[in-house]
Amino acid sequence: MSHFDEAGAAVQAALDAGARYADARVMVCRTESMTARDGAVEDLGSDESAGLGVRALVGSSWGFYAVPDLSEPAARAAGRRAAQIAAASARVAGPPAELMPSAPVTASWASDCAIDPLSVPLSDKGDLLVRATLAAKEAGADLAQAGYAIWDTHKWFVSSEGHRIDQHIRECGGGVTANAIGDGEVQRRSLPGQYGTRGWELVDELDLVGNAPRLAEEARELLTAPPCPAGETTLVLGGSQLALQIHESVGHAIELDRILGWEAAFAGTSWLDLTRLGSLRYGSELMNITIDPTFPGALGSFGFDDEGTPAAKRHAVRDGIWVGVLAGRDSAAVAGLDYAGSVRSDGWSRLPMVRMTNVGLEPGPHTLDEIIAATDDGVFMETNRSWSIDDRRLNFQFGCEIGYEIKNGRRGRMLRNPTYTGIGPKFWQSMDMLSSETVAWGTPNCGKGQPGQIGHTGHPAAPARFTNVRVGVHG
Amino acid sequence: MSAELQIAAKVVELVRELAGRSAEAEVTVRHHALALTRFANSAIHQNVAEATTGVRLRLHLDGRTASGSSTLTSVDGLRSLVERTLSAVRVTPPDPAWAGLTKPAALHISAGHPGSGEHSGLAFGFDEATARATPDERAARVRAFVDAAGGLETAGYCRTVYVSAAFANTAGQAVEGRTAEAAMDGIARDAGADGVARLAASRLADLDGAALGARAAAKARAATAPAELPSGQYEVVLEPTAVADLLQNFAVFGFNGKSFVQKQSFAELGKEQFDPSVTIVDDPLGSRGEPAPGLPFDDEGTPARSLVLVRDGVTQAVAHDRTSAAQAGTESTGHGTSTSRSWGPYPSHPRLEAGPAPAAGSPGASAAVAESARPLVARMRRGLLVTDLWYTRVLDPKTLVVTGLTRNGVWLVEDGEIVRPVSNLRFTQSYPQALGPGRVLGIGGESVLLPGAWEDARYAAPALHLASWNITGNASG
Repeated sequence: MSHFDEAGAAVQAALDAGARYADARVMVCRTESMTARDGAVEDLGSDESAGLGVRALVGSSWGFYAVPDLSEPAARAAGRRAAQIAAASARVAGPPAELMPSAPVTASWASDCAIDPLSVPLSDKGDLLVRATLAAKEAGADLAQAGYAIWDTHKWFVSSEGHRIDQHIRECGGGVTANAIGDGEVQRRSLPGQYGTRGWELVDELDLVGNAPRLAEEARELLTAPPCPAGETTLVLGGSQLALQIHESVGHAIELDRILGWEAAFAGTSWLDLTRLGSLRYGSELMNITIDPTFPGALGSFGFDDEGTPAAKRHAVRDGIWVGVLAGRDSAAVAGLDYAGSVRSDGWSRLPMVRMTNVGLEPGPHTLDEIIAATDDGVFMETNRSWSIDDRRLNFQFGCEIGYEIKNGRRGRMLRNPTYTGIGPKFWQSMDMLSSETVAWGTPNCGKGQPGQIGHTGHPAAPARFTNVRVGVHG
Repeated sequence: MSAELQIAAKVVELVRELAGRSAEAEVTVRHHALALTRFANSAIHQNVAEATTGVRLRLHLDGRTASGSSTLTSVDGLRSLVERTLSAVRVTPPDPAWAGLTKPAALHISAGHPGSGEHSGLAFGFDEATARATPDERAARVRAFVDAAGGLETAGYCRTVYVSAAFANTAGQAVEGRTAEAAMDGIARDAGADGVARLAASRLADLDGAALGARAAAKARAATAPAELPSGQYEVVLEPTAVADLLQNFAVFGFNGKSFVQKQSFAELGKEQFDPSVTIVDDPLGSRGEPAPGLPFDDEGTPARSLVLVRDGVTQAVAHDRTSAAQAGTESTGHGTSTSRSWGPYPSHPRLEAGPAPAAGSPGASAAVAESARPLVARMRRGLLVTDLWYTRVLDPKTLVVTGLTRNGVWLVEDGEIVRPVSNLRFTQSYPQALGPGRVLGIGGESVLLPGAWEDARYAAPALHLASWNITGNASG
């Protein structure tokens, strides 16, 4: 069933009410999630949501209105309301708003999916989670949790410039966590919750049951492991932790709306200065960061963004030099750039905004084993436990679930409560070894914007080595 | 009967029809109208509104539980929701933790505890004008904020939220209520220094954009050319905006009933875990004259009430839904949400009680210092005045060790006077330890209402004078 007509009615109503540009998205979304704890299903939810959001540009000002009603009268009313809201924006107007040119597109796109996750019987899914948590408990976890999430989204997009695009995006993923509770502390080991624009085959590949005992044993061992020592050392990061490092200290920093100050109050700004685009050294020559919504199966993949711009791969950092940003049509026009394509919303009721797609680190020549073998003295850390970074995306501090000493090219003792801290560009410039073992990690919980939105982003990443990093910061 | 209660009753009726009398069902219907006018670079750049009615059904049948929700409220849409949830519950594994339904119980509302809907027949403080606020009214406050900043670059938002909700279950509980809220939050920027002002209210009319803009600008002007300080333990005065972060982390991780049951919370009932000057109350129904910030019932139909979490330094309670309460051998405190079974129930309207009426603040105190903080600053020998905490994340849930940064203004204070602005600092600090016995040197005389970063929480916080705060680095390296 198509919803182009309702979206078209909203756009036309906005134009009739004085808008010089309008676009509308109808979205029909189904989500399903389940959690289990200690051998029993804890929560199962199945949600359905349908509605229309319309964006109108009146003069130099934007307005956005959203309704859950997909009738044409409701769509027209929403279009008029969006134009009214835009008119009110003119009380505190900014500089003239323009949009980077975009050729109208008529297209359909659907993500690849081998096993429709919504078609897998709930009893099978529940059984999987129950078995995974039981396996962790039997191996010594004091508390075992497992869960999965599925998102199935249909979108119909129409613009006053002639775009008519429908997309069907299916995403899912899951994970398992084992907790060990000691005297005054809790230790946790988890399979990094992995998510992608894929079908249930992704969850099958995670082998939640097979991994659970190892996680439980590691959580118990962490309770008595020595704490991560404090000081400066060589740091080797596993791929999933590096994915979050990319997300926080590169992905958010290259969002053009932040660079332009549009997120200054809530999310903050960026240390990056557009006048240095193309010349600023962000990291070592090993650092090649791409923005790639075409990356197969990654959580930030799509056919077209929520402004109708086709997905395309480009560099954000090439050989360590900053060369690109995540942009939308309006922010690109302000910055004088000739590309957009990174605007999305988390649902029909939210305004599309600049969002990470798949922001990833291109692979290097080594393996993790080779990196460790080449390290005389250092620490290996894996799986994120906490993350914090300043409002300009410079000063970060991350905690990981587990660490290991590296001595004379070998992985040694387990270390508990490992943390590391640094300044983004200094840290990236210290990267001197990079693995080829890339995995597209998914982050399904990226918060941004007001009203708040939850973004789904992908981060292809492989293990890497960094020198002279401060580790072992404790309270 | 409100439109929301009619929908809830219809869903209960459909459950009876499709699942039979043995099914236990609870239904929450929430009409949510949110409007937010956002500004940056001193201009409105995002101006949005949405109005959604969502229906959530939780069904328990033959020992199994499943939940479903929908925004489709036609009869066909509601029938589809019930059928879908019924299909799910029949193939779901058994649920040994099911705690049953809330029995019919009256709401704890009165003229003194306002906040219910007009259908209750009770006096209440609900503000129709806020519920019906226009984009022009929000824009006017933004205009005032920008103008009051006197040419400094500004950014922030003004928002209004209206919620009308109802709950019904197959045990006969049927309740309804409404609430409205407004909030404004903005920064002013001067030569790389930011200053902030934010305020929550139950009436849009109580938000003075000009006053907030002037405060943010005063802070920004006083924060330029900051110096760097070395790491170490510092005495601090936290302004209410920063104290709200403490309340949030205490609420979400410490006073969370599920975390408590799972022994992952610091909370130990009956133990003196805080300084004797500390009393923390969760107050969804409002008090001291301000209208209710929350609904008078939770998503399980349990009537909301004030909950004393800490009294005179002794931990008294944690928040429970029906599941965590059953596991803890106690009663629900009315903190059930759609996610409380998985994430855990937590207080969303915590108040740190203000201290005794303070001595008169310093007459010449800088406008950059929050009023509630001035008497505390005046008696600090050497320490930091902190406006805001930013990007705080828990390193260990049990000890509630948190790392984060300062933001929007930090100053070094010596002998009661601000001597210079300081650049942002990273801290790594156990929050319960910071407020532990003997660690609280003073509490401001006024609790300020503050919005949560996400819309459904509100904090009431005075300024706080603490003996020590663990600074672990400088934001610039």
